[in-house]
Order: sequence, then C-alpha cells, then structure tokens
Amino acid sequence: MEKTWNNKAWFLVLPVLVLVAFSAVIPLMTVVNYSVQDTFGNNEFFWAGTDWFVQTLHSDRFWAALQRNLVFSLIVLALQIPLGIFIALNMPKKGIGVPICLVLMALPLLIPWNVVGTIWQVFGRVDIGLLGHTLEAMGFDYNYVRDPLDAWITIILMDVWHWTSLVVLLCYAGLVSIPDAYYQAAKIDGASRWSVFRYIQLPKMKRVLLIAVLLRFMDSFMIYTEPFVVTGGGPGNSTTFLSIDLVKMAVGQFDLGPAAAMSIIYFLIILLLSWVFYTVMTSSDANA
Amino acid sequence: MARITLDHIRHAYGPNPKSDADYALREVDHEWRDGGAYALLGPSGCGKTTLLNIISGLLQPSHGRILFDGQDVTNLSTQARNIAQVFQFPVIYDTMTVYDNLAFPLRNRRVPEPEVDRRVRDILEMIDLGGMAKRKAQGLTADQKQKISLGRGLVRNDVNAILFDEPLTVIDPHMKWVLRSQLKRLHKQFGFTMVYVTHDQTEALTFADKVVVMYEGQIVQIGTPAELFERPSHTFVGYFIGSPGMNVLPVQLQGNAVRIGSETLSLDYAPQAAAGAKTELGIRPEFVNIGREGMPVTVNRVEDIGRQKIVRATFAGQPIAIVVTEDSEIPADARVTFDPAAINIYANSWRVGREG
Repeated sequence: MEKTWNNKAWFLVLPVLVLVAFSAVIPLMTVVNYSVQDTFGNNEFFWAGTDWFVQTLHSDRFWAALQRNLVFSLIVLALQIPLGIFIALNMPKKGIGVPICLVLMALPLLIPWNVVGTIWQVFGRVDIGLLGHTLEAMGFDYNYVRDPLDAWITIILMDVWHWTSLVVLLCYAGLVSIPDAYYQAAKIDGASRWSVFRYIQLPKMKRVLLIAVLLRFMDSFMIYTEPFVVTGGGPGNSTTFLSIDLVKMAVGQFDLGPAAAMSIIYFLIILLLSWVFYTVMTSSDANA
Repeated sequence: MARITLDHIRHAYGPNPKSDADYALREVDHEWRDGGAYALLGPSGCGKTTLLNIISGLLQPSHGRILFDGQDVTNLSTQARNIAQVFQFPVIYDTMTVYDNLAFPLRNRRVPEPEVDRRVRDILEMIDLGGMAKRKAQGLTADQKQKISLGRGLVRNDVNAILFDEPLTVIDPHMKWVLRSQLKRLHKQFGFTMVYVTHDQTEALTFADKVVVMYEGQIVQIGTPAELFERPSHTFVGYFIGSPGMNVLPVQLQGNAVRIGSETLSLDYAPQAAAGAKTELGIRPEFVNIGREGMPVTVNRVEDIGRQKIVRATFAGQPIAIVVTEDSEIPADARVTFDPAAINIYANSWRVGREG
C-alpha cells in the first residue's frame, strides 16, 4: 500500500514524546552524564571519558554478578515456562472452577515485591519459618543464611512461586482462544494427546509464550527487591545480582561514575538479549 | 461403510431437561442406509449439527443408542467409531505443510508411508492443490484451507461414514459446484455412507438421494427431492423447500370438501382430522392455474424472475403466490383453479393422507 505523508501527524505524537522524554530519556541522559565524569561532591565534575566503562568491563566483580544474573534468568525461565504451560493446560475451561483458579493464580502477582521477599525470608528461617524449620526437623541441613546453594534454591523457589502465575495466565488466554472445532477435528483425525499439544495448542500459544518469555526474562534479569530482602546479596556475594551490586556501588559507596557506567552497560545487555529472544522466536513465522 | 441406526435419540444441552423446549434434539429414530447419500436440511438452530456430532461421537446423547451395522457404539470414542467429519469452518494444522496436513489422519492410524503417499497425492490432485504440497498451510486463503479440511475427511477410505457440516460455506460459488460434483463422484466410486448438513436447499437437492428435513429438533420428513416437493408431510417442509414456498391456507373440512373463506373446493377423498385440530390446505405455487375460470382472486403484484413470473395475489382473504410462465397473460378479473392432485391437507401442521 502507498504511504500517505502528512507531516502534521507528527504533532499527534508530540504529547507522548514529551512524556517519554521526561520519564525516561532525560533521566537516562543524566546517567550518561555521570558515566563520563568524576565527582567528589560539591557539584564539582571532572571529565573522565570512557574510563568508567573500561574499568567496569575489566572488573571481576561485574562479570561475576553478570554471570549470576544469566544463570538465574535461565533457571527461572527453564522452570516457569514449562510449569506455566503445564498448569494452564490443566486448568478448567468452564464452570465454577475457572474464576476460582484465575483468582488463585492472580494472588501472587498482586503482592508487593518487598512483601514477597519478607514472606519468604520468614518462611525459610530455620528458627521460626515453616519451610526452614520443617526441613531442619526432617533432618535436612538447610540454612539460606549460611549456605549459598540453599540461598539460591530459596530465591528461585520464591521467584517461581511469585511469577509462574503470569505465564499460566498468558498461556491460558492463548488456550481459551482456540475454537472447539480444532479439538473436534483432532479427535476425528485420531490425534494423540501429544499431537494435540504439538500441532494445535503450542502453535496457538506461540504469541503469548513469546510475551511470557520476554517479560520473564527482563524481569528476572532486573531482579532486585526480593533477593535483597531475603539474602541481602549473601551469603558472601553468592546472590549479589547486577542490580544489587549497582545499588551498593551507587548508594553504599557513592561511586556515581562507575555506577552510571554500569547502569548503561546493564541496560544495553537487557536490550540486546531481549532483541535476540524476540528475533529468534519470531523468525519461524517469517519463513512460513 | 456402515448402516447407521439412531435408536430413539434425544439430546439436551442443559442438565435437567423438563419440557420439549429444553431438548435440542427431541426424538430421532431413524436408520441411515449403508452407502446412502443423505442431506440434512433445516434452518439454523434446528439440531442438525447436534445430530451430526452425536453420530460422530463428539457428543453423547442424553437418551437413546447409536448402532453401526447393528453394533452399539453409543459409548465408543470418536476415534473408535472410525468416522470422518468436515466442519463448517476450516480447521488446519498451521505449522504443518499442506501434504502433512492431509497425511495426518493416516499417520495417526499408522498407515504405511507408501500408502500414505499414494492417497495424499490422489487427494491433492482432487482438491487441486498439487502445486502447494510442500507449502506451510498457514498463509493459505480460506477456501484453500477448507479444501484441505475436506481432503483430510476424504483421505481415509476405510471410514464408516463421512459427515459434512456445511462444508462449502466459505467456498466461492464456482468452486462449490466443482467440489460438490467431485463429492458425488467419490460417493459413487467408493460407496461410503455420507451425511451432508446444509441449510441451502439447492445444495441438498443436488447432492443427496434422500433429503432429511429437520425442524425444531425433530425430523419432519425424509424423502427424495420429488417427494419433498410433491407431498410435503409437514407445512414446514412445504414452506422450506421450493421458491416461493407452498401456499398454506386455513380451511374447514366438510367430508369430501374443504371450505376456504366463502369458497368450497371438492376433493376426491375425505381427509380425516381430529376434532379441534388446526386444518390447512397446502398447494404449491406451480400448481395454481390463473385464468378466466375458477374462483375469484385479486392480483396485487407480479414479479418477473426471468423465465417465470410470480403473481402475488389475495385469495379468500389470504395471500397466495402463483408461478406462471413468462409469456402467460394475466386477465384483469383473474380467477384461479387448484390442480386437485397437488392439494395436500394438513391437520396441526402434519399432512393427512388419502389413505386415512
């Protein structure tokens, strides 16, 4: 179709541009501003060029945190996506069960993040927590404050509990949009349960799964509040993710320059990885 | 191939049906001959699709049994019944190629691959999609998709019956014609039992040897197209088949005669109707003769529909339609006669025959 050019149309976009400028672009630019300068307070700034970026990229601390982030996101995706699909497939399609399941599923999503952290912080405590105390009573040596592996298990369990619902709800929305005729035709064609999933349900869920994967990846990669509340990044640095490290650097040590440089690198990584996910998952549509 | 017996089938979608109105299917007790081509004809919501889904096993009837060749299959799954069904709107497997779509029902039944290939190629040729075999089914047009659905129904040649649920709705008129004749040819060639749901009477009449007319959840008449035309056993059949439909006029029975308003018509038999029944006379517009003789009629309007004209008139206070040839003249003080052999008498909408 021939495109119509009407330059006045740009005015319609203006309010949004102004809004985005104030909410995102201008704050981002101040970060850029910090990342290329050094300051010792008193509003005095010295030009630092790319020094902070070079320093960040040569810092073991940064790479270790980045690695933890990647591992965490991969585990979380590997657990939540299949589990979410599985639960969505087994949810009732009609009747009184539907609203009950939907409300139950939505509950974890409605809880503020620091409250989720607090819930699990208490839940896992060995002295008073239901989970921690029970495990200890059963003879397991579980202590998320001391043992890095236990800390990781706790945080991953917490994230699965908190966010699998989102995947479930998205998949469920995809599933209920499939007309009955598809299932009927599959029965007529003698399709097995697996074939129905593989050739009807999965293709219809593809679009919502793409959204689910993107959202879950971005959110898990930016995770801050819950592990901060539960473990505070410990024991040692074992659960110190990029975001936690960033706050330590910016607020704790007041290293604004390196923190700003790290923010920008962090932002670019998320942007890049999200783009990769999106491209990979939509490429199969293109060559159809 | 199988003879299908519907043994007092009733079906309600709600859990506790009380009156007849709660039943989507009121009572169907009927046998479909092995190798017959049946058309299920009726208005939307009359229970055609319900009946079809009960035969294929997608739906369990609330009451009654279904038998294939005398064997009770009421509790068998769709798969075990070995039935093919084509739906109103195309169902295709998006991620598969056209070829794989057609092969799917065969592969699910573990048909050897050379045999699959042979049959899929036959079908591809029949539905004229040979050049697209290797394409993904996703980007196809609606009628190409429906042809694939149709092909998936036809690819298995060992089925007990093939059921079509208004399969040609989304196909363009020319292709409709081609596919319909191909279906007819296939039916002759393989002799499977075929049930074809439609609300288009032309489609039903050209396709089937027996037309089953359904109305409000029950079968009102089963017959050849000629029987439906000449002896509609329910006023609905008279109204639904034919264009324009049959004229239905309220009458009073008087032994061998009927009174319509102030006119009296004598019959060569005495129709029997229960006392107090609503009695009506039915006559097709094709069998009303207009001329200078007979009973007086007021002509209101003449519609020219090509080779014929439809005269809209008032007879004894009732509107009637009369079909005349294109070149026939309509006199100013027109009068009508009814062809006595074409008169049907109805009591409470059901035909009362000559026999009694």
